Amino acid sequence: MAEERRKGRRLITTGHDLVLLALILVTTVAIVRIRNLVAVVILLGLYSLLMASVWVVLDAVDVAFTEASVGAGISTILMLAAVVLTGREEKASRRRPIAALLIVGATGAALLYATADMPPFAAADNPIHRHVAPRYVSDSPEEIGVPNMVTSVLASYRGYDTLGETTVIFTAGIGVLTLLGGRRRRPEDRG
Amino acid sequence: MSEIVVLRVVAKLLIPYILLFGLYVQMHGDFGPGGGFQAGVIFASAFILYGLVFGVQKLRRVMPPRPMVALIALGVAMYAGVGFAALAMGGNYLEYAAFAHEPAHGNHIGIWLVELGVGVTVSAVMVTIFVTFAGRER
Repeated sequence: MAEERRKGRRLITTGHDLVLLALILVTTVAIVRIRNLVAVVILLGLYSLLMASVWVVLDAVDVAFTEASVGAGISTILMLAAVVLTGREEKASRRRPIAALLIVGATGAALLYATADMPPFAAADNPIHRHVAPRYVSDSPEEIGVPNMVTSVLASYRGYDTLGETTVIFTAGIGVLTLLGGRRRRPEDRG
Repeated sequence: MSEIVVLRVVAKLLIPYILLFGLYVQMHGDFGPGGGFQAGVIFASAFILYGLVFGVQKLRRVMPPRPMVALIALGVAMYAGVGFAALAMGGNYLEYAAFAHEPAHGNHIGIWLVELGVGVTVSAVMVTIFVTFAGRER
């Protein structure tokens, strides 16, 4: 009975995965083919939302949260603001870049081939679970005392990385201000 | 400003709750999913919604560019400053355990401050980028 139920659950999860991946595939093809940039930006938001669902299925809720708020939310708005400035239609290109297609195809095939050598999905003795992860899992409640282990890794064990990430955001903001902030058409609204 | 009344009313209703949710994600990052990064983005999105519905000029009055630049720098400075504070109190750079007798307590303080720094910088950057993009006319 329990075995049957487990099998049923696995079937449902696989079903979810297949539906999500199929939707992601359709969205990606649409993003590449559509020339209307507003539609492309909306589809990119949809793509991020689908990816966020995939992260939830994989139990990575922190990543899903980031993907949904940044990928589907704020970057969609910022891209729309950029599209308003640059124009709504992508210029049609006559060239058919065969070389690029070949390179992409070869890289994709190599990556697919490499997945055969990947360790089995979610197996407990995978290399990634045997390096520093056991220490985080066993010692962080004592050392850090924060229930969400993702937070203790991000903000404490990997504090340097997060400082670097914050600096990247800082640089992006200063860069946009330096490039676009100074020159305004009307002098009266200069801040 | 948007001509559609429904948009204006709904935006006014939503904005306080979005801000509250942003603060919740900021403060609750230790216990549930989230943290400074997500909180900053959510907090900024409330202001961006305000700017979308009521106009960039009004948003610029609420979030003037100069203090925004100061906030962008302040967040990173807070994060880096926590590192230096740990150095001053006898630990390594960003070793929060130096802040208190118990390592867990020190880590709690350090993580809270650092996440706040991330949230401040991220939200200020997001609002600034939006205002800069949307404030430019073609």
